[in-house]
Amino acid sequence: MCGAPETILNLDIQIPNQTRYLGLIGNIAETIAREIDAGGADRESLAYNLNLVVTEAVTNAIQYGSPSNDQDSVRVLLSYENNDLCVRVFDHGEGFDLASVSVPDADDLRERGRGLFFICALMDSVEYRRTECGNVLEMKKRLL
Amino acid sequence: MKVLTEERGAKTILTLKDERLDAHNSGELKDRILKLFEDGCRDVVVDLRNVQFIDSSGLGALLSGHKNAMQRSARFALAGLQPRVRSMFELTRLQRVFEIYSGLQEALSE
Repeated sequence: MCGAPETILNLDIQIPNQTRYLGLIGNIAETIAREIDAGGADRESLAYNLNLVVTEAVTNAIQYGSPSNDQDSVRVLLSYENNDLCVRVFDHGEGFDLASVSVPDADDLRERGRGLFFICALMDSVEYRRTECGNVLEMKKRLL
Repeated sequence: MKVLTEERGAKTILTLKDERLDAHNSGELKDRILKLFEDGCRDVVVDLRNVQFIDSSGLGALLSGHKNAMQRSARFALAGLQPRVRSMFELTRLQRVFEIYSGLQEALSE
């Protein structure tokens, strides 16, 4: 099918909104990064970084994006298409402002607030928007 | 969370056995470190050699330990950081905040 994007991988995962599943979803992301043909990318760094950004995004969705009900779940979409590794994490919270993310100051000893910085620092593009399925944090890494 | 606590003279060594330090276990680590200081420990070394993965909440738990130590004029040091774990400190510039040693022996000899 000429001109159509080549989708190599597409995973649609739902996990319970409990932090005990962070290791599972992080390791799935890490395994994907190790398995795909990432060209000249440093695969070990890519694997760690993908684990980290997925962990941070799902943690945010669990802590701020869901009603306090363990029966709720967090939806994570992982895809690799046209050399773009894309992670989408959905939440149903009040949302947040990506523009407020800044480089941490060494003098800032606050214990929270570095998760979104990691995501923005380690991915090539990050967007947060509202959709019919809830809010979605979309994170892309270009692999060439 | 699997943690081993060991006294060596005036020093207390907290060895983390888990490979991941994330939002699932960082709260427990924060509480354990606080308990050490509340129990009178004044020289705490956290051995991170087994930790292969740390996220922002893990860094936050260690920052809590650092601040608790400062409030009590106590020592709080980190040892045995794996390269990727150390890179998370560097990315957030927190390597300037913590007393970090490559291995446990170096931390204990201070």
